[in-house]
Amino acid sequence: MALTGLDIYKQLPKTNCGECGLPTCLAFAMQLAAKKTSLDKCPHVTEEGRAALEGASAPPIRLVTIGTGEKKVGVGNETVLFRHEETFYHPTGIAITVNDDLEGDDLEKRIGAIQSLQFERVGQRIEINLVAIRQGDNSSAARYAEVVKKVMAKLDLPPILMSSSPESLEEALKVCAEMKPLIYAADSNNYEAVAKLAKDHSCPLTVKGNGLEELSSLTEKISSSGIQDLVLDSGRRDMVSTLSDLTQIRRLALRKTYRPLGYPTIAFTSEKDPFQETAQACAYIAKYANIVVLDGAEPWQLLPVLTLRQNIYTDPQKPIQVEPKVYEVGTVIDKSPVLVTTNFSLTYFTVEGDVEASKVASLIVVVDTEGTSVLTAWAAEKFTAESIASAVKKYTVEEKVSHRKLIIPGFVAVLSGKLEEELPGWKVLVGPRESSGIPTYLKNTWKEVSL
Amino acid sequence: MPLELVKEKWTGKINEVTIGATKGEGGTRTSKIVVGGETGLPFLHEEGEMPHRPVVAMEVWDTAPSDWPEVLAAPFKEVMDDPGRWSKKCVEEYGADLLALRLQSAHSDWGNASPEKVSEGVKKVLEAVGVPLIILGPGQDDRDNEVLPRCSEVAKGEKCLFGNATQDNYKTLVAACLADGHSIIGESPIDINIAKQVNILISDMGFPLEKIIMDPTTGGLGYGLEYSYSIIERGRLAALGAGDKTMALPIICRVGQESWRAKEAKAGESDFPDWGAVSERGPLWEATTAVALLQAGADILVMRHPRAVESVRKTIDSLTRKNPLRDSAETLD
Ligand code: SF4
Repeated sequence: MALTGLDIYKQLPKTNCGECGLPTCLAFAMQLAAKKTSLDKCPHVTEEGRAALEGASAPPIRLVTIGTGEKKVGVGNETVLFRHEETFYHPTGIAITVNDDLEGDDLEKRIGAIQSLQFERVGQRIEINLVAIRQGDNSSAARYAEVVKKVMAKLDLPPILMSSSPESLEEALKVCAEMKPLIYAADSNNYEAVAKLAKDHSCPLTVKGNGLEELSSLTEKISSSGIQDLVLDSGRRDMVSTLSDLTQIRRLALRKTYRPLGYPTIAFTSEKDPFQETAQACAYIAKYANIVVLDGAEPWQLLPVLTLRQNIYTDPQKPIQVEPKVYEVGTVIDKSPVLVTTNFSLTYFTVEGDVEASKVASLIVVVDTEGTSVLTAWAAEKFTAESIASAVKKYTVEEKVSHRKLIIPGFVAVLSGKLEEELPGWKVLVGPRESSGIPTYLKNTWKEVSL
Repeated sequence: MPLELVKEKWTGKINEVTIGATKGEGGTRTSKIVVGGETGLPFLHEEGEMPHRPVVAMEVWDTAPSDWPEVLAAPFKEVMDDPGRWSKKCVEEYGADLLALRLQSAHSDWGNASPEKVSEGVKKVLEAVGVPLIILGPGQDDRDNEVLPRCSEVAKGEKCLFGNATQDNYKTLVAACLADGHSIIGESPIDINIAKQVNILISDMGFPLEKIIMDPTTGGLGYGLEYSYSIIERGRLAALGAGDKTMALPIICRVGQESWRAKEAKAGESDFPDWGAVSERGPLWEATTAVALLQAGADILVMRHPRAVESVRKTIDSLTRKNPLRDSAETLD
């Protein structure tokens, strides 16, 4: 939470000595609040004052980084409860488990399945972020470390080390500590030993409590020993209480600046049925999990999960845009229809999907409307006869087709006359108002008019 | 020091809307459905009541939907050209407790059926099943206005939910529903101000707000879901927090219609080998759209594929369990 000038002033010596370069402590406090100077400029601030100011200016939810290099994942540091209030900043890390009881081929297969969980959709790449390597009940420390080593040799993903045994975690850290794995987990039985491992190897650490009270008291103990990169697991596994705890953690951190729970969270699916497991993962993505761990690794299961994450974490202030140009859908020939739309990604991909569904290969001219939809762009005069005509010329549509017919969205039918003036020789056709009418339009109307 | 949870003190309450009237109530339904009544955000049972669970309405068409992808059409192949049998199958085989009958045959591209013809289909469904009905026009203003009043009349007293009324086209439908005792759906194009405006326009005609359900327009997963999600959340916060009575209405989402438009739901494995089996992918795409909208505050989910419906129903079971830590979990409704 940002401190006000007055909050800061309370912690300063109030002597107005001027050594900071400003005439008064209050002036200094104001500059500090506006982030125009730094606390170091005041030589007289007390130790307690400094600690209070530094503590209070830390974000209410800590940003925790897992892994190193390109694939590292930063989670936490969220600032709102509802995405429309601002945006959600650090997309939920999606982790898939590998159990250490898998042998030979089964282990290879599992690793292969996880490797393929990356997809290309609407021009963007979406992929899982973490691999959670879980120790079974009957496995030894040596066995666990061996599996961790094998998995890490094949998978370029930051690991989560899942074991309740400090010995096993220690062995595993010997093979992968430099990858900055997330240790899972310190609980009320083992926290001293496990916290020491996290400290010695400077790795992020999950703290697992049985409910929020125990969790808070554990994080207080652990953070007082100097470990700050913590991740929270309240220990729930059913949907209702998991959602309730995740919501409380987010609210306590943001509304009360409650430090013991001011860390990112991790949630686990518990349903075995893949549809129900997906439902759990998606509910947790929507409501406040910063990491979600799944056992399921089917592509048809992760595609919707990753897409939902992409949706929920889209910045509501910044619509995603596609590059303005001519797109070809299907095998285009010189008689293919030409449609016009805007470069708001949602508009474009809806139109593209409907053109595809029509099975009539077409060209789509995308006009730069700064990422606004047809109606909005029209109202803001970004989707006008002039801007459409200039796109048609700029992208040399005349060279791509032999006909001179341009299909515009039904909502901007009023532009027809002006557009025909701007594009001499072209005939403007008014297409359907809704994109969903495109298949019928192309299959029926276009067939007739193009003859 | 015990940890003090942050519980919101909401002042508003979402209206309760009943769909369906039984014999004693002037209809012929054998059951009815109540939605709404929430006094808090979805599924946070410690801080608000959720007296009625969100419901799934299975979608039935009055003409065979020739453009449904194979995975979606397969379960209904045998019954698609008979809305009566289709409805029966949904109720008897898939346990539907609410149906959404879509009068697509009235659409100008789908046969342009006459009001008389279309209302026959409505009668057929009312006779075939005892569950309450949502009745949806083809969504073309002129055609809606021609066929919906006749359908409203043949369903008089059944307390159906009719849709959709829009900002530019609501008077005919409102008058019909008012005369025949139905509830109504007010639709807005992912715009919270228009959503509110539609509710006001409808209620200005003497139609009670307590019988209106909002359709904020659904964006399918991957195609604008986040817009609908945030509009629903904002509306809910306005109703519960700011006590805005014109927004305190239950929400209906056309989940099936929107999710099955997505390439991700219907493209075959040969086109997208990396996406996995379409037989699973399609239904799960639909279910996931529903699950996300439930978290925003959806009350009625209009859905299509039986597996998606079954899965979402199970999810609602898990979400409405009041005491999940106890064995003898009590469920709502
Ligand atoms: S140096 Fe410190 S004590 Fe002196 S005026 Fe500046 S803020 Fe105040």
